Amino acid sequence: MLSVEDDGDVEAEEAGRDMEAYERAYADDRSWEDLQEDESGRLRVVDVAQQQRQHRKRVAAMAGAHIQRGIIRYLYLLVDLSRAAGEMDFRPSRMGVVANCVEAFVREFFDQNPLSHLGIITLHNGVAQCLTDLSGSPETHIRALRANLECAGDASIQNAIDLARGLLCQIPTYAHRETLLIFSALSTCDPGDILEAVQRCKDANIRCSVVGLAAEIYICKLLCEQTGGNYSVATSETHLKDLIMEHAPPPPVLAESAVASLVRMGFPQRGAEDAVALCVCHGEVKMGGGYICPCCKARVCELPTECHICGLMLVSSPHLARSYHHLFPVPHFEELEGTAMANGRESEFKLCYGCQQKLPFPGGEVSGVRLVCPRCRQHFCYDCDLYIHESLHNCPGCESISSTSSLPDLQN
Amino acid sequence: MSSAMSAPRSDDVSAVVILLDVNPYFWGTKTSTGFTFEQFFQHVLVFINCILLLSHLNQVTVIAMGASACTFLYDSAAIDGTASGRSKQEKRPESRSTTITQKLQEFVKKDEAAETNLGPVENQFSNLSGSLSMALCYIQRILRKPTAPPQPRILCVQGFPDAPQQYIAVMNSIFSAQRCSVPIDACIVGSQHSAFLQQASHITGGIYMKPPQPEGLFQYLTMVFATDLYSRQFLQLPRSAGVDFRASCFCHKRTIDMGFVCSVCLSIFCKHHKACSTCGANFNVKKGGQKRKHPSS
Repeated sequence: MLSVEDDGDVEAEEAGRDMEAYERAYADDRSWEDLQEDESGRLRVVDVAQQQRQHRKRVAAMAGAHIQRGIIRYLYLLVDLSRAAGEMDFRPSRMGVVANCVEAFVREFFDQNPLSHLGIITLHNGVAQCLTDLSGSPETHIRALRANLECAGDASIQNAIDLARGLLCQIPTYAHRETLLIFSALSTCDPGDILEAVQRCKDANIRCSVVGLAAEIYICKLLCEQTGGNYSVATSETHLKDLIMEHAPPPPVLAESAVASLVRMGFPQRGAEDAVALCVCHGEVKMGGGYICPCCKARVCELPTECHICGLMLVSSPHLARSYHHLFPVPHFEELEGTAMANGRESEFKLCYGCQQKLPFPGGEVSGVRLVCPRCRQHFCYDCDLYIHESLHNCPGCESISSTSSLPDLQN
Repeated sequence: MSSAMSAPRSDDVSAVVILLDVNPYFWGTKTSTGFTFEQFFQHVLVFINCILLLSHLNQVTVIAMGASACTFLYDSAAIDGTASGRSKQEKRPESRSTTITQKLQEFVKKDEAAETNLGPVENQFSNLSGSLSMALCYIQRILRKPTAPPQPRILCVQGFPDAPQQYIAVMNSIFSAQRCSVPIDACIVGSQHSAFLQQASHITGGIYMKPPQPEGLFQYLTMVFATDLYSRQFLQLPRSAGVDFRASCFCHKRTIDMGFVCSVCLSIFCKHHKACSTCGANFNVKKGGQKRKHPSS
């Protein structure tokens, strides 16, 4: 039936009929044609504007509006060291990847929340053990975790959250209690009723979040939903790092989860360079430097810390200032559409206000999106917008409007 | 941010962003030493030429700080758009000075027009926060270069004292500079020390200096601020005398040793209040930090 010259046509027809639905979506997709080289030789997709818009939408979905955040946090990291964490599906092993992510997370956590405390609890052999107590120094936690990376036995979520709850009940009422569970196993072996443990956590106002490495588990989802936390499952090493880092900035909180109160804090001055004193944190004799507690005059080595003698929390004003940007966030920049650009005064706004780069306009050689600050109406490029909202938290245009700003008068 | 960190920066090439205080309210008043704006500007122009002569790859950008606005005055890397070399004309220092002076005159005219509807003279301050933000956005652009970007740093030449209402914005800029490893140097030509810039240099690892004799400004600038970051470890540079990190209370603006901090918004008070004046939170308990009561089921 099939003659030699008809072979190709019939086969192509059959191939077309046999294509699955998902294949048809890609049949005409020649995405290699969209690539171009830019001036430095890198490959980039031609439709830069579309890519930028998609990225901005993703970022905007994650960022919230002007909401109250829990700035003073006491967080327990529950690290799963069961035998499932020794699996090799993440290179070199799940535990190795988790250790790297935890180290980066600890540093970022103390960078973004200088007044907060962190502790680590490990889950292995069906029990939960407290590896490090709640403290404000990142090195202690990282060292302790690196020294204890053996994986064995089962994981028990109930023991972990019960232990964390017991330890978190001793902290002051104004602080926000949180736990972050990094879970590799697919099951939990508990001595009692885990649902009661979840309920007890909910009553104690502890916000439990979980980052899973294996698959979505019902009990983890229930725990997060009941306590108001975040549940996410990682699909690759980079995704795992992103998910863990999402817990570093302060989370939005309900007003009733912590009592607002005035916390007594000391602002120590730096000690004289030639003074010799016994420091209370290490118990050694130190020459010069250090900070003197204003209440009991003991010498501490670094800030922020709690004075070991009188218990006063010692901070410096930059530590408090690190969190002020949560109180006064930069408004979300709007995109200037093509038609508005053509009618508007884009001849005046040829360059980005922040970095003086050429801004895109229809018919020009630069592609991308053009963004406008709603308050000061200055134009910015996509990279400046990303930098301003992620790291700088200041709009250069709004800062230049006038010296009489609408922000409350906060002084050093 | 990851692309900025991945390209290793070249050791001895610097990109200096100079923030110049050109506030006429400061330069118009008679200083005790008689240091005028013309002399100051000459010192700065020669200093810019000096940096550009130290290495042909060095970049200098000048941003002017006015009372209400700030603007880019000069960018040595922006001529002709070619990546290497600048045009023959711009290599000559005279045309560079002329360009900067012209741009400065335009800026001061615009700034003057905008200033007439601002408050009384005592409330005028230099726009440090706006110019620091612009400088950092520009530095991000430098760091996005794919091959061996230069080491950026910021030099702030300030005359006017600090503006308390710019505190949060200045601290945000300082923390952002710290994250990108951009040192902020400060040279104070006014009469008062600047607590903001002292903190900036301390946190970012820059140098803070207040020259005792401003007429010799060029000498101070070249000896302290002209070298690139790698060479600084071999030089004997002025050490900071001591940075005052104490906070001021929001109610009286007094510097305090011990105070009370609102746990919601981190505002600082010197004595106990019933409610927080910034965020409106009510403080029910008398003492902060009492132990939790057992939750009633």
